[in-house]
Amino acid sequence: MPVLRERVTMVWLGLMVLTCVTTWGLSKDLFSPAVAVVGIFVIAAVKVSYVMLDFMELRNAPIPVRVAFQAWPVVVAVMILGFWFATPALV
Amino acid sequence: MLTLSRTEVRTANRVTPRRLPGVDGVWVAIGADSVIFAILFATFMQARLHNPAVFEASRHTLNMNLGGIDTLILLTSSWSVALGIQALKRDLIDRAPRYLLGGVLTGLMFMVSKSIEYFEKFAKGIAPATNDFFMWYFTLTGIHLLHVVFGTSLLTYLWVRSRRRAYSSLHRVVPECVASYWHLVDLLWIMIFPLLYLQRAV
Repeated sequence: MPVLRERVTMVWLGLMVLTCVTTWGLSKDLFSPAVAVVGIFVIAAVKVSYVMLDFMELRNAPIPVRVAFQAWPVVVAVMILGFWFATPALV
Repeated sequence: MLTLSRTEVRTANRVTPRRLPGVDGVWVAIGADSVIFAILFATFMQARLHNPAVFEASRHTLNMNLGGIDTLILLTSSWSVALGIQALKRDLIDRAPRYLLGGVLTGLMFMVSKSIEYFEKFAKGIAPATNDFFMWYFTLTGIHLLHVVFGTSLLTYLWVRSRRRAYSSLHRVVPECVASYWHLVDLLWIMIFPLLYLQRAV
């Protein structure tokens, strides 16, 4: 079982890179708050989705279960961003 | 007599039946926990809506680097446990314990990191009663930390049992249940981290 050839290893590497992008890239003042926050939560939803599909093995789960779980990151990210845009700006 | 063409045989061999790892009950618990956390996230955002200035000022006192490192630790932990399950599926019974031990050690690393962070906060006189943001910070990270402690204990049990060769491709229901729960702990942190640490105000 060559670890480097495992799909979970590729997914793990991708998730590590995305974490570095959001933590030490998008969070900086280089981007407007709206771009940064949307980017950060879209990436978080994508990361959760890959954890579900490849680590939790939902890729091979019955379709209704997979759809129900895959809806979670989408609903959570949309909800958070909805509240974020509804929050008044700091004076 | 039924005869299959070569293409049909190849297709039949490739199709793996759809299944959920572990037992269905664990997935009900995972689903329920996910919904509870989604409600907590919504309630946090609602509290932030009414007091963005306090939430933004308080967020700046958090250790973002430590939070990012925590995410890397939990992702590595999940990966290690996923490799452990792959090893069991292929009956590489001697390899599974080392991957599960990786999960245990990274779980412990997360606990140490969170303890350092809490200690930093208490040393500065910051507690749950300080303001709404910190009430939420300690609630969300505290409930999540309890999940980490519980998950690490379960992984330790798996590690001990796997060293005694208790699991294999035919006996992997318990490891799959624990692994699925551990991945839930990982994905919850993936949302909690940006929610508390990275969410800038306009």
